[in-house]
Order: sequence, then C-alpha cells, then structure tokens
Amino acid sequence: MSSITLTASASANAARRGNLLGRRLLILGTWLAFMLFLLLPLLVVLGEALKQGLGTFLGAIFEADALSALKLTLLAVGISVPLNLLFGVAAAWCVSKYQFRGKSLLVTLIDLPFSVSPVIAGLVYVLLFGAQGLFGEWLQEHDIQIVFALPGIVLATLFVTLPFVARELIPLMQEQGTQEEEAARLLGAGGWQMFWHVTRPNIQWALIYGVVLCSARAMGEFGAVSVVSGHIRGYTNTLPLHVEILYNEYNHVAAFSVASLLLLLALLILLLKQWSESRINRLKAGAGEE
Amino acid sequence: MSRRTSPVIPGFGLTLGYTLVYLGLLVLIPLGALFVHAAQLSWSEFCAIISAPRVLAALKLSFATAFAAAIINGIIGTLLAWALVRYRFPGRKLIEAMIDLPFALPTAVAGIALTALYAPSGLVGQFASDLGLKIAYTPIGICLALTFVTLPFVVRTLQPVLADIPREVEEAAACLGAKPLQVFRHVLLPALLPAWLTGFSLAFARGVGEYGSVIFIAGNMPMKTEILPLLIMVKLDQYDYSGATAIGVLMLLVSFILLLSINLLQRQIGKA
Amino acid sequence: MSIRRFALAALAGALLAGPAAAQTLLNVSYDPTRELYSEFNAAFNKHWQAQGNDAVTIQQSHGGSGKQARAVIDGLRADVVTLALAGDIDELYKLGKLIPENWQERLPQASTPYTSTIVFLVRKGNPKGIEDWDDLVKPGVEVITPNPKTSGGARWNFLAAWAYAQQKFGSEAKAQEFVAKLYQNVPVLDTGARGSTITFVNNQIGDVLLAWENEAFLALKEEGGNNFEIVAPSLSILAEPPVAVVDKNVDKKGTREVAEAYLDYLYSEEGQRIAAQNFYRPRNPAVAAEFAEQFPALKLLTIDQDFGGWQAAQPKFFNDGGVFDRIYQAQ
Repeated sequence: MSSITLTASASANAARRGNLLGRRLLILGTWLAFMLFLLLPLLVVLGEALKQGLGTFLGAIFEADALSALKLTLLAVGISVPLNLLFGVAAAWCVSKYQFRGKSLLVTLIDLPFSVSPVIAGLVYVLLFGAQGLFGEWLQEHDIQIVFALPGIVLATLFVTLPFVARELIPLMQEQGTQEEEAARLLGAGGWQMFWHVTRPNIQWALIYGVVLCSARAMGEFGAVSVVSGHIRGYTNTLPLHVEILYNEYNHVAAFSVASLLLLLALLILLLKQWSESRINRLKAGAGEE
Repeated sequence: MSRRTSPVIPGFGLTLGYTLVYLGLLVLIPLGALFVHAAQLSWSEFCAIISAPRVLAALKLSFATAFAAAIINGIIGTLLAWALVRYRFPGRKLIEAMIDLPFALPTAVAGIALTALYAPSGLVGQFASDLGLKIAYTPIGICLALTFVTLPFVVRTLQPVLADIPREVEEAAACLGAKPLQVFRHVLLPALLPAWLTGFSLAFARGVGEYGSVIFIAGNMPMKTEILPLLIMVKLDQYDYSGATAIGVLMLLVSFILLLSINLLQRQIGKA
Repeated sequence: MSIRRFALAALAGALLAGPAAAQTLLNVSYDPTRELYSEFNAAFNKHWQAQGNDAVTIQQSHGGSGKQARAVIDGLRADVVTLALAGDIDELYKLGKLIPENWQERLPQASTPYTSTIVFLVRKGNPKGIEDWDDLVKPGVEVITPNPKTSGGARWNFLAAWAYAQQKFGSEAKAQEFVAKLYQNVPVLDTGARGSTITFVNNQIGDVLLAWENEAFLALKEEGGNNFEIVAPSLSILAEPPVAVVDKNVDKKGTREVAEAYLDYLYSEEGQRIAAQNFYRPRNPAVAAEFAEQFPALKLLTIDQDFGGWQAAQPKFFNDGGVFDRIYQAQ
C-alpha cells in the first residue's frame, strides 16, 4: 500500500480519490453481505449450541460417540484430501499447459461430481458395491465390505471433493500461461525442478485455497456419506451424520454443539491457511526486492 | 495469455494418463453404473418418468433456483473477493477466514439454522413478513439456502486470480487516462471472466443437486416447492431404484450439457 | 506434510483396532426408538449375562425407516431390524431374500412387541379448539405433518385421517375429498417426523401437529409441558412397528441365538416396561394395566383389518400415482 509511486500522475490521483467513495461502499456492502449470508446463520448455530451453557456444549463434544465420529471424519479427510490434491495438480497441469482435443470435455468431467446430487453420489457406490450391486456377490463371497464401512465413506468423500483442487488451479494456471516454464526448460531445468521452483510458487495460493475448500467440504459432506454409511453409532457415523442423529433424537443442543465442532475444525484449517500465507509472504519479502 | 502447444514442457502423458485413470475409477465407472441401472427401463418408461408433471415442475424449480443463487453469488462473491484482495479494512481477516465455513457446516445444519432465521417467526423472517415477504417455504427460501451453501465458490476462484493481477496494470491504465469503468472492462474483465465463469458454473451445478440444506427450508409442497433431489429420495423410499436413477440420469445430462457449454464459452473467451 | 503423516497414523490405528472378539449384534432401527433401545440394550445385556453368556456388544443404527430397510437390503449387516412399518420389512424378503416370507408369524402379535398411535399436539390452551379430525379441515387451521412419501410416521397419519373420514362418510370418494382438504391446510411437508416436530415446536408454525403418541409425549417431556398439550382424537390407527431377525446375516455371523433372545426379551415383562416408560404402548396386559393412566383409551383401527395390510395400502395410497399423488395433482 505504501509503495504508491510518487511519480504517479495527477490523473491517477484523481481517479484514486474518486475511487474512495466506491471503495467505502464496497467495503460496507461486503460487511452487509457477510453478516446477512454468513455470520447470522453461523451465530444461530453457535447460539443454539451454547443455549444450555458451556458444560452441556463440552459434554456433547466429548461424548464417546462424538469422539469416534470425529476420528472417522478426520480419517476420511486425511485419506481423501491428499489423493485429490495429487489428482488436482496433475489434472490442472495437463489441462492448462497443453492443447489437445476434448479438453473442454475433460474439464467438464472434472466438474461433474459437483453437479451430481449427493444422494446420487452415494447411490452409485451402492449400485456398484452393495449386496444387490454389480460387484455385490463377488464382494460377499470374499467377505469384503465396501459400502456401510470405511471404504465406502472414503469413496463417497473422494467423489464429492474430487474437483476442488483442480478447479482452483485451472483458471489460475491458464491465466499464467507457459512462458515461465518454457524459460526454465530452456535454461536447462529438469521437469521436476521446473515444477518445484517455477510452477509451485506461482500456484501456491490457489493450491492452498483448493486444499482448504476440499478439506472443509470433506468434513462437512452429508448426503453422499449418509447413503453409504449405515449409521452405526460409534462405528460408521461421521460428524455430520452424528449431528443428524442427535438432531433426530431431539437432542437439539448436542446436535448444534457437534456442528460447532465442525465449524471450529474448519476454522482451524483456515487459521493454518492464513499462517502459511503470511509465512509465504514473509519468505517472499525476505527473498524479494527491498 | 498465450497458450499454445509447448513440446518443451514435460509431463503431458503422465499427467493426462493419471487424470484419466483417476477420473475413470472414481467418476466414470460409478456414473456408468447409474446409466446401466437406468437402462433397465425401456425408453418409453424413461420418458414417462421424466415427463411426469411433478418431475417437470421440480426440474424447473431446481434449475431456476440454482441459477438465481449462482447469479447472486456471482455478484456478491465478486464484491467479496474484490474487497478481500484489494482493500485492508477492519474485519477483513475475520471475513476472509469465515468464507469457507458454509462448506464445513453439514448441509442439514445449515438448513435448520436458515429456517430458524427466515421462518415467519424467525429473527429475520418476522421483518420480512411485516413487509409481506415470505422467505422460508417458498422458492426464495430455497434460493437463499443455495446461496449460502455455494457462497465460497465464486469468492475462492476469483481470489487467486485477482491477487495475481498486478495492481500496476490498473494503475498504469489509470495513468494513461482510463476511467475506472474502462479499466474494469478492458483490463480486469478479460482476466477475471474465466475464473468468474468457473465459480459461477460450480455454484450452479452444486446448487442443482443440493439436498440436505434445502429440504428444511423448502416446504416440499408437490408442484410448488419440491426439488428434484427430493423426488429421487421419494423414488428410493418406494424401492424404485430405476425411477430414482432415471431422474439422476436426467439431472446429470442437463448439468453436463450446461457445464460443457460454459467450459466451451470459457475457452472461446480465453482465445479471444 | 503433517496431514499425510496424520493420515498414515490414523490408518494404522484403524487397522490395529480391528474387529472385537466378543459377539456383536447390530440393531437397525428407525428414528424415534433411540432412547428406547439404549435403555433396552443395557437391560438385555444384564439378562443375557445372567443366563451365563458373555457380554454382547450391541450396535445401534437409526434413520428413516425406508432408508434403513434399503441399507440392509444393500448389504448393511443387521442382525435384527426394528422398523416403523411391516411394509419396510417385507421388502427385506421381496428384494433381498434376507428373511422368509412368513417372518411376521414368527413372533407373537404379528411381530410387533409394542404399538403406538397417532395423536394431535396443539399449542397450550388449544386456542383453535381442535378436538377431532373434523377440526383439521376447517379453514384457517394449519396442520403440520410430514410427507407420507418419505416418512413412515406420516403414512400412519394419512391412514388415520382416511380411516376417520371413511367411517364418518362411508365412501372412498368422500374420504379422499376429506383428506385432500386436510392436506390443503398443510403449509409445510417435511421429509421426516422430527423435521415436522421442529417446524411446529421450534419454528412455531401451524396450529396442530399430527404425531406419533410416543413422539408427542417426548416433545411434552422436553418442553416441560408449558407450551403444548396432547389431544386424542375420537378415532385413530394402531401403529404397529414390527421387529425381525435377519436370517441371512445371523446365520453368516453365527449370532442367531443371541438375536432371537434379544427380540424375545422385548416381549418379557421387563422389556415391555421399558417400552412403556419410553411411551410405547405395551402388548403385555399386566404391564399395560400398570401404565393405563399414561395412555388414553382410544378407538383404534388396524392396518391389517381395515386396510388389508401394508401390501395393499402402500401401492394404493402412497406409490407414484396413488391417492396421495392424486390429491396434489387435482389441485
């Protein structure tokens, strides 16, 4: 901000002053939108959670079934996010760095899981691996359980969160083009070297956004997981499913408490993101100009 | 912005191959199972299911509300992204940190919280009903839930791109005498549009399929506020797997065509 | 890459934990029975151990009745199912061949150890003066009930209203007219019974909630009886939630003995008392007499005698193109 060049012409300054009003309005609008669409609903959740005091809130969170649901959720996130991260980078790479036939089709296929209703996303795995499904008989003979167990939950989570990283990276990498990589290659960098030293710093932000969104969504996914979980208390319930069960058991406060736990987890991820951002910025500043 | 085939850059075969295999295993084969199952219906049965008046009404409702929500997000999301990237103001970090929360909140909780707020007796709903506006249990309510659930999409796709456009470019344009609107049109819009379209189409696609948050606020009246995913649930509860998959296939096809056309449009813009 | 390390650690943990050695029993049930079965499971375990057996781990799964039945058909390894309607358990035979066709004859009272009925929950003081089904079709009365297409409880609601109208007017056409009028007074069709309760209790919508009797009692208990009261209509339906051992699963897992003992124990005096304490009407006459004050005597029709069983009622009323659909398409 302070680096406004003194040589900027008078006309730019005038434009800047004119912008001030627009800028204030924009900030106001941002706050308003934020309050109305985000803050209020979240406050309702927190308010309901704390309705009967902190004790009940903590009690609901540290209850055995809630903890096992937390474990399962973290496990599903821990497996699916790294896999989708790898996929996202690979997909964005081939989509943004090369021209080939059917590219739009490929991008659309990557988007597709978003447009599939969560209900259907779960159902497809039941159609494949359920007892009446395509591979059902074979799986039963070999006593392998996919749906209504951890593998099914992971599969559904993978499906639902598959596009996130790729979708964050693609527009940015397309915007950036390929010159820098080409230059690196011409200067004799190896493929991996080029990726790590040229591409990665350029896409770092989008990568982090992608991972954050992906993790948040993986934690919060309800519909698809609900179809493949089997809802066994303490065994195959993820946190969102546990919330639903508590809610359906008239346990309003506990349901919202566990939902707040999910929010806190998401906030934790976001804090990690901001921390890494500021570190990246500091590193950049350290290595950079002045 | 030039993107041409560059044989210099390695990894095409590897990344494309990996992408295709991964997509195939996780997306194409499972969705194939959906088609296989729907194929148990004859063509006329399929047509009868998807042309039932209730299905058509739900189809219209689902796509219209998702579209409206995506537009709202396209506007609000752009504002948010712009303010977050370009300005430093009190509360910026807070807003920045909370943008993604709708994703982490289980959709059902979102639905319950929104209904509590916007129902005629709710905190916001009573003001609205004083004004004669009914939000919960109408398509407006559905739209609201979808807006909440898909809010992060536009913001988060625009942010990295915005951060990547050097301010100097705008400043230079302004120095050269361009009016703010001109700067926006000629400098920012071309750079932002692909990302904006991505965010828009993702929000839209996600909105069409959304179930958990909507059913609480929708009212679920047949022909009026009944969404397509709910009809799928109804069919499943009747053990009518083929009927459910038929609606699923229909939704998939419509979304696929929409997404594909948006992606093609995006390429067109990218080339221009 | 701490995430990756964490994932590996968690994965290792999950693998090491493995299956427990003790016998486990999975009871797949519907939504409102959680309180009932967590109490019952503890009691059964005591009883089972007292007979010289090892303790058994009882897992519970709750959800919408239809969804739960579907999960079992699709491979959820339930040892016993305790669902909202016989129709849902019938599908276990029809679609999955998991149980024999005559499953309902294997236990007393058509395999329904406890029953319930449909009552009205109204706001304190009953400001709209709702006493019977007739009052529900009056203009200006808002009725809250879930969608019969997605909720088992709502199907009982629908049939109770239908039964009343048919008794009163004596013709199906009139009954359909009555029910259509009733549903015109419904401003919100939630997908499940609990969703409707929230709409009525928390969001303050509607004048009367059609609810399971056990649900209504539970809502009163939660609210302390300050805001609502229960109204029993002159005629209602006997809701019979049945139970069954899932033969294919217990034979594979070797849990038949404990699964059968588990269901038998539901019929014991102890089991019946637990059901009554959780607001389900007990079958055992002695226990029923004990709790007579809690449950008002109502004229109750049954699904088997008055509607020809779920096999007939489901397609006639609730499947696509059935009576419920016609009500809405006529509008």
